[in-house]
Amino acid sequence: MYNFAYHRPSSVAEAAAALAAASEGKLLAGGMTLLPTMKQRLAQPSDLIDLGAIADMKGISTTGDGVRIGAMTTHASVASSAEVKAAIPALAHLAENIGDPQVRNRGTIGGSIANNDPAADYPAAVLALDATIQTNKRTIAADDFFTGMFETALEEGEIITAVSFPKPQKAAYAKFPNPASRYALVGVFVAQTASGVRVAVTGAAPCVFRASQIEQALAGNFSPSALDGLTIDSSGLNSDIHASPEYRAHLIGVMAKRAVAAAA
Amino acid sequence: METTLELTKAAADAPVPVVLDVNGRIHRLTLDSRVTLLDALRDHLGLTGTKKGCDRGECGACTVHIDGRAALSCLQFAVMAEGRAITTIEGLAGDAGLHPVQEAFLAHDAFQCGFCTSGQIMSATTAIREGRAGSDAEIREVMSGNLCRCGAYPQIVAAVRAAAQGRD
Repeated sequence: MYNFAYHRPSSVAEAAAALAAASEGKLLAGGMTLLPTMKQRLAQPSDLIDLGAIADMKGISTTGDGVRIGAMTTHASVASSAEVKAAIPALAHLAENIGDPQVRNRGTIGGSIANNDPAADYPAAVLALDATIQTNKRTIAADDFFTGMFETALEEGEIITAVSFPKPQKAAYAKFPNPASRYALVGVFVAQTASGVRVAVTGAAPCVFRASQIEQALAGNFSPSALDGLTIDSSGLNSDIHASPEYRAHLIGVMAKRAVAAAA
Repeated sequence: METTLELTKAAADAPVPVVLDVNGRIHRLTLDSRVTLLDALRDHLGLTGTKKGCDRGECGACTVHIDGRAALSCLQFAVMAEGRAITTIEGLAGDAGLHPVQEAFLAHDAFQCGFCTSGQIMSATTAIREGRAGSDAEIREVMSGNLCRCGAYPQIVAAVRAAAQGRD
């Protein structure tokens, strides 16, 4: 591993200042992806800015129309949160099934969506639930946030501080996990919201995306049978030792049906 | 610019003071920032019960408790653990003898080579304390972050089940 200077700011403003002063600064949330990446010398930050001591970035609160989750809130905290379970049980369920207990005790929602791993679970929830990403500079709509493989709309020096989820009428997440890593081979989050049906797919493509074909099929009839006979185009989908694009396309339909059936 | 770069480099290369609370004892160390909690425990404090398996967060052999929760000591720098209460496998047994989960692992032959066992036991103790070891399926889920290459999983589940039910 290459060396770095370690910073542990106690406020978002201090973190932003440390990031601005660094030549190649990196924010450190739970470290579940960043540390392995640094150990493999795939990342070489000059400075690591540990967000772990910023109290303002942790915690969950109920808002007028849903829940607000601080960026440094762990998956385990979201999974066990009474507020999240009451407002959006599907979100608590998703968090409960990320990785393994050790990962859930350290990994954070802010770290997950900033990293935007193509097979991560949270991006599907953020996109399907039409969440809003709060940063130290602005708010970003979910539809504008995930821009490509490991890429987001975040600008240089921008820090996610919280994610706000409006409460859906119904929602559920179904994933076909890689049995070893629990990353989504394919994960589908369906949500019936005030503005219509939203369906987000993770694991299948280079970046989480909305499945408009499924959204349209569910718009008039929010039931698994509405997806009978639907064929998902496999072009552009991921291919690896675990699954071909065709298999992933098939799994999208299967997971979408399971999610709709489970939606509550 | 050169001055800034030199300053950054000096800051990066300078060892940092780190105070760790491990098994109820305070340790004052001076470490390179890159030293993981795992390496600090093993190489600087001589607590070699915590094992280094993959060193990248996949195997669970390095599992310790941080503020009472199971965590991977290989995936955090020692300096990040300042102010936290760290418990390692060495901190489980009391004056009265082994921890009940340690006894259960012995009673059920829940290991073969033993390399993953410390991590398994550290995960099992938190799972039982959190009331998340109620069924075999639940046990397999809460223990899913700990791999056993000898394949002692049936015995591990049996040991955790027994310990959760308060018997050896």
